[in-house]
Amino acid sequence: MTTTTTAAKPASAAAPKRPGRRGGLGRVAGYTVLVVFALVYIYPFLIQLATSFKTEADSTAHPLALWPDPVTTAAFSRLAEADYPRWFLNSFVVALVVTAGRVFFDSLAGYALARLRFRGRGALFAAVIAVMAVPGVVLLIPKFLVLNQFGMYDSYSGMIVPLLADAAGVFIMKQFFESVPVSVEEAARIDGAGPFRIFWSVVLPMARPALITLTILSFQGSWNELPHFIVSRQSPELNTLTTGVASLVSGQLGSGNQYPLKLAAALLMTVPVALVFFAFQRHFVRGGTEGAVKG
Amino acid sequence: MSAGVSAPAVAAPPSAPSQGRGRGPGGGIRGREGLAGWLFVAPVLLVLGLFLVVPIAMALWVSLSDWQGQGSPFGNGVGFVGGGNYSELLTTPGLAQTDFMTSLRNNAYYVLFVVPLQTVLALGLALVLNGKRLKGKGFFRTAYYFPSVTSSVAVSVVFLFVFSSSGVVNSLLAKIGVDGPSWFADPRGVVHLLLGGLGVDTDAPPAALAGRSLGGLTLWDWLAGPSVAMCAIIALVVWTTAGTFMLMFLAALQDIPVEVEEAAEIDGAGRWQRFRYVTLPMLRPTLFLVLTLGLIGTWQVFDQIYVMSQGAPGKTTLTPAYLSYQSSFNNNEWGQGSAIAFILFAIIVALTLVQRFVLRDKDDGRERAAVRRAAKAARSGTGPTAEVSR
Repeated sequence: MTTTTTAAKPASAAAPKRPGRRGGLGRVAGYTVLVVFALVYIYPFLIQLATSFKTEADSTAHPLALWPDPVTTAAFSRLAEADYPRWFLNSFVVALVVTAGRVFFDSLAGYALARLRFRGRGALFAAVIAVMAVPGVVLLIPKFLVLNQFGMYDSYSGMIVPLLADAAGVFIMKQFFESVPVSVEEAARIDGAGPFRIFWSVVLPMARPALITLTILSFQGSWNELPHFIVSRQSPELNTLTTGVASLVSGQLGSGNQYPLKLAAALLMTVPVALVFFAFQRHFVRGGTEGAVKG
Repeated sequence: MSAGVSAPAVAAPPSAPSQGRGRGPGGGIRGREGLAGWLFVAPVLLVLGLFLVVPIAMALWVSLSDWQGQGSPFGNGVGFVGGGNYSELLTTPGLAQTDFMTSLRNNAYYVLFVVPLQTVLALGLALVLNGKRLKGKGFFRTAYYFPSVTSSVAVSVVFLFVFSSSGVVNSLLAKIGVDGPSWFADPRGVVHLLLGGLGVDTDAPPAALAGRSLGGLTLWDWLAGPSVAMCAIIALVVWTTAGTFMLMFLAALQDIPVEVEEAAEIDGAGRWQRFRYVTLPMLRPTLFLVLTLGLIGTWQVFDQIYVMSQGAPGKTTLTPAYLSYQSSFNNNEWGQGSAIAFILFAIIVALTLVQRFVLRDKDDGRERAAVRRAAKAARSGTGPTAEVSR
């Protein structure tokens, strides 16, 4: 490997002679493409930000304007008076409990599947893989049927408990625990520590990177979840941000198109995930590709 | 992995008696580990079992029954109708069949547009971003990826405004003198529009197409293409998901050793040749992954339909996933709704299997060819060049 690299180095230094001029042109073209698409990607969010501070008339008359005229916070104060704070609280509670549950239960199961020897382990892991292949949308009606049967429909428990564990998270944790050297655990075992103690005070502290990834994915997933909250509840006071804002769109708040209000509602619900994203981007990128590879 | 696991079992027996435990060597540890193992997986097992496996079994029963949503589906008044719900959707002429076939058509066009577009966009952006000596990579990557992490509801609301009749897209179109459609109210299919533009009378379509029907839909209707409303949703989804796939391509591109591309450059391969014969073959596994994930994901489209159109206008954005929800929750046709879910399940599984089969075959052939080519190159091509360059 090293020999090939050293062999290639001088080649790369000699090569650019011909493509040199074309490289400059290509770079300009590359930047043009990148900037155009960056505009396509950022402009909608800027429009959203501007429109949520516009009056309704202004938003309809000047949809492209990036500066509201006049600037008004009417949309936000109307949201504050409506059920919006309640939806926010519901989303927050659900996301918090689901994230805690997933991180704990998924890593427990992931550790068992990676390290503990017990009969049926292979079959269990195969089952986890099979479960990951079930398309989520297919489960919409089935989930409602079961929640209804158990008397959990339209309650916090029905909204939270089914999300407390996910196969993808188990998979991520199992992969991680397999990459950790066994020697540390062996030392603890020789000292007489039981499986849970080894897991809790020896292995888990070493699993920080994987735990952060799983925490972020779980939070983002449960915060953005829509279908499950459509089929697990119907009372308005159990609305999360996703179901609440979706009901706003179908227009129950008086006349007009209400675009400043709707866009403000969508803007505020994006903020928590955006904060987490910009703080932990590295983990997002890794988790996103990892989580997808399993799917 | 297996070596790592068996190591402690070998190491354990001598240590256990030395600790003065009264258990049999190995067996005690194994037994304790076995119990711990099952206890550790129990919560996950319980949740996935109760809310994934049991629901599927229960829905299978409901899809074979005439349950109307009252009381328990296992109650006395609920009758067994066998494959009745399935045949109503697939073979018996009627509203249920027409709706289901319409939803299949809509989703098929959606898949046909979204999967290639998002794959090409993701690959294109990744290739440009992978360029050497590029500044601001992190910024661009973040910009393209950000929509993927935001809520589907939030971005759907934004796009409802962007594509509203007096919205962003139409204002931009007006600047270049184009009168934009009222996107979410326009049920016309783009293929019909295209044919209309070519002089075909869309109000009185050719009898050869309008006269014959398949599954409750005329051939003319099958060929409609995605409606204008669906096009707006397609644009949204491509815009949202391309970022995730771009990251996968970027990761794969960064795994390609620089020497390979440089060797090709030295051999005189142009930019396109290098992409076609060096980069693309090495990206093949990622490309397949992206296509498979795209195919699975696009057949499940639900959130955007629920928020933006609810199947309207003229049922042209109705998809099987949304129809399944609508039949059950709005029309109380729970048997039919469950049956649609299972047919959708079958479609997704079948597509995955077909794709896997087709690609495996091709892969083997190509791999063998690639190995042959590589061996040949090693013997003649690259060896001498490397020497010359040194």
